[in-house]
Amino acid sequence: MENILDKYKSVSINEVTTWFKAGNIKDFPSNRGGCIKYKDKQIAVFNFERRNEWYACQNACPHKMEMVLSRGMTGSADGVPKIACPMHKKTFSLVDGSNLNGDDFSIATYPVKVVDNEVFVGFLE
Amino acid sequence: MIKVIVVGNGMVGYKFCEKFVSKQGHENYQITVFGEEPRRAYDRVHLSEYFAGKSAEDLSLSTSSWYEENNIILNTSELITDINREQKTIHTHLENTHEYDYLVLATGSAAFVPPIEGVDKEGVFVYRTIEDLDAIMAYAKKIKQNGATEAAVLGGGLLGLEAAKAVRDLGLNAHVVEFAPRLMPRQLDKGASDMLQSKIEELGIGIHLNKSTQYIAGEDAITGMMFEGDDLLKVDMLVISAGIKPRDELGRVCGLEVGVRGGVVVDNKMQTSDPNIFAIGEVALYNHMIYGLVAPGYEMADVAAEQIMNGDKTMREVIDMSTQLKLIGVEVASFGDPFIENDEVTAIVYENKFSGIYKRVNVTKDGKKLLGGILVGDASDYNGLFQIYSNGMALPPNPEDLILGARGGEASSFGSASDLPDTAVICSCENVTKGAICCSITDGTCETFGDVVKTTKATSGCGGCKPMVADLVKAAQKSIGKEIKESICEHFNHTRQELFDLVKINKYTNFYEVIDHHGNGDGCEVCKPLVASIFSSIYNDTANKHVTTQDTNDRYLANIQRNGTYSVVPRIAGGEITPEKLIVIGEVAKQFDLYTKITGAQRVDLFGASLNDLPEIWRILIENGFESGHAYGKSLRAVKSCVGNAWCRYGMDDSTTFAIELENRYRGIRSPHKLKGGVSACIRECAEARGKDFGVIAVEGGWNLYICGNGGANPKHAVLLAEQIDKETVFKYMDRFLMYYIRTAGPLIRTSTWLEKLEGGLDYLKEVIIHDRIGICETLEAEMEQLVGTFECEWKQVLEKPRLMKRFSHFVNSDEKDDNIEYIPLRDQKMPKAW
Repeated sequence: MENILDKYKSVSINEVTTWFKAGNIKDFPSNRGGCIKYKDKQIAVFNFERRNEWYACQNACPHKMEMVLSRGMTGSADGVPKIACPMHKKTFSLVDGSNLNGDDFSIATYPVKVVDNEVFVGFLE
Repeated sequence: MIKVIVVGNGMVGYKFCEKFVSKQGHENYQITVFGEEPRRAYDRVHLSEYFAGKSAEDLSLSTSSWYEENNIILNTSELITDINREQKTIHTHLENTHEYDYLVLATGSAAFVPPIEGVDKEGVFVYRTIEDLDAIMAYAKKIKQNGATEAAVLGGGLLGLEAAKAVRDLGLNAHVVEFAPRLMPRQLDKGASDMLQSKIEELGIGIHLNKSTQYIAGEDAITGMMFEGDDLLKVDMLVISAGIKPRDELGRVCGLEVGVRGGVVVDNKMQTSDPNIFAIGEVALYNHMIYGLVAPGYEMADVAAEQIMNGDKTMREVIDMSTQLKLIGVEVASFGDPFIENDEVTAIVYENKFSGIYKRVNVTKDGKKLLGGILVGDASDYNGLFQIYSNGMALPPNPEDLILGARGGEASSFGSASDLPDTAVICSCENVTKGAICCSITDGTCETFGDVVKTTKATSGCGGCKPMVADLVKAAQKSIGKEIKESICEHFNHTRQELFDLVKINKYTNFYEVIDHHGNGDGCEVCKPLVASIFSSIYNDTANKHVTTQDTNDRYLANIQRNGTYSVVPRIAGGEITPEKLIVIGEVAKQFDLYTKITGAQRVDLFGASLNDLPEIWRILIENGFESGHAYGKSLRAVKSCVGNAWCRYGMDDSTTFAIELENRYRGIRSPHKLKGGVSACIRECAEARGKDFGVIAVEGGWNLYICGNGGANPKHAVLLAEQIDKETVFKYMDRFLMYYIRTAGPLIRTSTWLEKLEGGLDYLKEVIIHDRIGICETLEAEMEQLVGTFECEWKQVLEKPRLMKRFSHFVNSDEKDDNIEYIPLRDQKMPKAW
């Protein structure tokens, strides 16, 4: 069922057509993730307070397809913010979704903006 | 330029070149090497590995550019046919003539083929060169296709047994045929040979001793070997490995002095009867002996190189024939004089047919000196024994401790390599002393073990001295204040133990405090849970604190499973449970549709709980008297027990009560890795306590406490810490042991690995936690008391504080559960559908 991954394609900030309101910043614990539901998608949103940055990516780990990345651990590798999957500790860059362990799968990332304490995630639809 | 010609490009000829170009002034000499084989010198000692898949290039002793880089001319496939000593020239089969100032004969030996009728038949081989091996392989392949299954090796010596392994690796049934009444007659006595024989026979290799072969049967090709007494062994191939004969033809034709049974006679300078000609290795007859081992050959090479360059090094009078090797998977070693036994010398023999171990040491009757010995089945004492023997070191008061040292859990009876004198030869193949190894580190030439190997060549021969060299390198590094650090990850240049101390001293309570003061970056999946675990170990914080930096299982207080759902394990201390509580577990499983399975730790695991359901499941369990089983934590899992003397007719004590007490004492405590325990009420050991991090077994007069065992990928039996102690003492030692482990172990290091790495091993650990050698027992006990006294069930905490429950929701913006989960039936239950 590879097709659950087909739903997730990286979106860059200048092509966003819909800013979806994911919640208030209080809903997202600091330095870890929370999962939001948008249409039929599950998106992991990270309040990386330590770096004063927000990130969003697909919640599905492309390794074994579990919806778990929001429950993973944030961190950095050589300064690049990353997320480690809780299942097998595969790690992905939160900036471009690339895999940092040398595996050939990567994740889709989405832009996040915070306006008046509300958190928005950018989509194409 | 002074011209040196080396005839022969085997191991010793190569070593001569290597030694020569490492000496000062070698630039004034031109070395030319002639080898009749088509390839560069290769490692004949490990020839059988060619069958096991190593290539000729793997076995090569040098790289293809080595000779050129060292300005040595190498001529392969060129055979020297004559020496003209008057004109100082040699003549080759290609009709070339070369002049020399010095000539070094390193022609080695050929396989000795006994004069048996029919040895020229097809299918009879010798075992000496890579070409021999190629021929053997090709023939084996051919006859196997015709249904042949049996092959024999003539000769039960070192090389013969190697050949037997090679034949077996080719997929044939191997038979070893030996004329003498025992195997390896030069190295082993009867008892050792018997032990080796039974071990080799276990591997399906036939051993035929006392066999005098009359003729080789068969028309053109071999079909069998006929022994004396009309005894026929049917075989389709024969490999002869019955000894060596020196390749002394060149010496003979040019009139050098040779021995009656072959070999070019040399003095202690390796000089032959012609002062411009030297002979080294297996062609040289020194002290009326041919030495078929690589170590004396290498020493001869060094002596000859020194002599040619006007040095004064000479060959020692007595040549050591000690060897240690693994033969067909069986460890065998023999050192000094293995057989000596007379009015002044007594042999001490230990024989254990159950484990297949034979050990013999020959000790002077006054108990002061070790003269030699034999080890079969377990040669781990070889290095220590060899050092005692070769350095004439003092023996323990009871010399039998030399081979029985392992009694009562004691480690070896000889001290570590650091007790040896600097002159002690550690690597006998390359003749490297302890002093040379340690010096290379302390004078800054080398930094690591690898550097030392490169510089001194130690361990590059047979490799048997590797553990000792590693120990010495470590000790030398330490002596100059250098230690190899095992830092945690890119964010911290500290070990776990250092971080533990930093947190404790500075009273840090937050991950970012620690990383800001002592690390860099934002942390990661390695250091974050590690620091969280340290907080727990110091302050007994439950996993509900530091939620962000807990590993996923600790964050959600459950074990994440294949489809991202969780499994739930309530504590069932000691595996004892009432029917009422069992029913509760069953009802919870039914209500939440959970797959249930009994675990190896005498508990029940409930699988397939969604994140959102976890709090409700635990509310019911806790209301019915359960508590968290910490199956998700790096903490005590369970203490397994047998039923004990309450019910069992063999039980000597109440193991179940003890297991419950132990489990309740240490429950919830976070440690570097998971901890498991066991308690058995008698030595039948139904609780498998010795497969745990700690195990207690009832014996006459108390309990035996074992520590540092585990199952898993690399099973280890726990080792005896203390015998026949009472319960109170078990708790005392356990408190100290666990706390010491928690303080000092690396991240995710189980107790067994920790003990292996602990300097001084079990002896040292006993000193620390039984005899309080470093004076920390009181502190350890107090720290443990603090942890035990502040236990709280973390699931109960969650249910009491709605704030803590927020995380058990799959979506931030919806109350729905994860819709990506599907199940398929599994027997009468269910399992996750695979993607």
